[in-house]
Amino acid sequence: MTPTYYLLLSALLFTIGVVGVLVRRNAIVVFMCIELMLNAVNLTLVTFARINGELDGQVMAFFVMVVAAAEVVVGLAIIMSIFKARRSASVDDTNLLKY
Amino acid sequence: MDLAQGGPATALGVPSIDVAAVLPLLIIFTAGAVGVLLEAALPRQQRWPAQVALSLASVVGAGVALAFYATGDFERLTTFRAEEASSGALAVDAPALFLWGTLLALGLLALLLIADRSVEPGGAFVSRAALRGNAGGTDTLTTEKTFTGMQTEVFPLTLFALGGMMTFCAANDLLTMFIALEVLSLPLYLMCGLARRRRLISQEAAVKYFLLGAFASAFFLYGVAMLYGYAGSVHLADIANAASGTDRSDTLLFAGFGLLAIGLLFKGSVGPFHTWTPDVYQGAPTPVTGFMAACTKVAAFGGLIRVLTVSFESTSWEWRGVLTAVAIVSMAIGAILGLTQRDVKRMIAYSSVAHAGFLLVGAMALTEDGLSATLFYLLAYGFTTLAAFGVISLVRDSSGEATDLSAWAGLAKRSPLVAAVFTFLLLALAGIPLTSGFVGKFAVFEAALSDGMAPLVVVALVASAVAAFFYLRVVVLMYFSEPAPDGPAVTVPGAFTTTAIAVGTIATLVLGVLPTFALDWASAGGFTF
Repeated sequence: MTPTYYLLLSALLFTIGVVGVLVRRNAIVVFMCIELMLNAVNLTLVTFARINGELDGQVMAFFVMVVAAAEVVVGLAIIMSIFKARRSASVDDTNLLKY
Repeated sequence: MDLAQGGPATALGVPSIDVAAVLPLLIIFTAGAVGVLLEAALPRQQRWPAQVALSLASVVGAGVALAFYATGDFERLTTFRAEEASSGALAVDAPALFLWGTLLALGLLALLLIADRSVEPGGAFVSRAALRGNAGGTDTLTTEKTFTGMQTEVFPLTLFALGGMMTFCAANDLLTMFIALEVLSLPLYLMCGLARRRRLISQEAAVKYFLLGAFASAFFLYGVAMLYGYAGSVHLADIANAASGTDRSDTLLFAGFGLLAIGLLFKGSVGPFHTWTPDVYQGAPTPVTGFMAACTKVAAFGGLIRVLTVSFESTSWEWRGVLTAVAIVSMAIGAILGLTQRDVKRMIAYSSVAHAGFLLVGAMALTEDGLSATLFYLLAYGFTTLAAFGVISLVRDSSGEATDLSAWAGLAKRSPLVAAVFTFLLLALAGIPLTSGFVGKFAVFEAALSDGMAPLVVVALVASAVAAFFYLRVVVLMYFSEPAPDGPAVTVPGAFTTTAIAVGTIATLVLGVLPTFALDWASAGGFTF
């Protein structure tokens, strides 16, 4: 049970999230990948709290959860509004602004 | 490893809060919360006057509280270490007070622009964010046309964003900084999508800003976690202590620094992390763009300088090369891509990328001079850019704002005053003497030069010369071209917009002619921790 494995796992999850944001088309899925990145960070924080033998990291994970929840509210509202206007949540369709 | 026995329960005391120090913040956040309640409680006709009065009063009140605190007791300014506000989560020191004053002044002007209903009948904001509209042309929103009131959720959102920005540049640990980053960002994402005209590009700007912003804050947060693993604490001072003279792995420190810097540079729209800037500036309602351009930059660079100065001063040899490259890329991107723009708002957006590069030059000089020069630059740039967006909102045709550069041809013949004011603001952005832009650039470059960054200053001078070309191109277009027969008209602004533009322009002039008093404020003290 080396804590380092959890750090590697969280780095892997974070990377999966980053790749997902870069390659997926649907705004909801992109957003889910961002949430995956935040949760990977939570795992890192909790692991470091364990390594350091203190509770700060775990408390920080709670803060991150609250922020992630607030971000979901705002994000889904924005994606909903653009879906209503365009009948599509694909990030490739939002292409009016360029250059 | 026994977390359960981590500390006795008596260790959890009530945190001592220096209420006088954080009173400006409390006023702004309380007013934001009250604004949400007003939105629910008041009938629609009374909301606009109530919200405008509440927002303006709270910003002015916070400014008065700040002035009392800053002038009342000078001991507190210099000896922050003994006098910790909010149990050390916030550092209310001299630079923080200066940044708060800057943010409140700019926020007041931005609120005036946002509250204006004379330029766009009924205000620039739509009542239902999901409403459809045509991309470029006229909207056929009959319900919107008949209702001449104004959507007022934007006022509490502005106050929350302003409070988040103030917290951000005073944050003394990285967790507070992350929370403040989200508190300032989330309202801004929403405000971008509220434009009454050109609904589709407004919504597109919101979705792009949101996805990219959330992506960048995830990087920021991972950086926080790395630094927590490195130092065992997220206090900026603890990270500095851990970085100087330990045998811990530098991998965590520099990985953490890099990820943290990505998040901060994204918010400041620096260099290769600028991709959202042009799209969001163009798509967002112009008053919101002004607010974002001026205040977000102040907050982002305030936070960046604090992190660099307090936490990473001892390792500056390691990271300075990287940030130098970032600054060069930022200046080059802003100056060169700015040349190719056909839209005024996009052009100012690329100009802000170039200015972010100049600011980074000052922020990297970790000296007293570098700090005060950067703070002055932020103040000067904020006023100029806010007034510039105020002017942009006045030039309109039948479909709303005429932001295409071709529409601005011959504007001096239609409205000499507006053209003159805009020329002056563009010259200030270019950094011509007798404007605040010149003084800011001079101070920043001088500080960087004395800190041994001569090559970077040379690059910055070349970049500002290139950037001057595209500002002057607009000036030439306004004065030496014939106006198109079906060109845009210049709206006569109401009192709010007039005040905002006038104050911004006068501040640009005064800070250019008599900069000493503001430079003195900015250099009243360094960051303490």
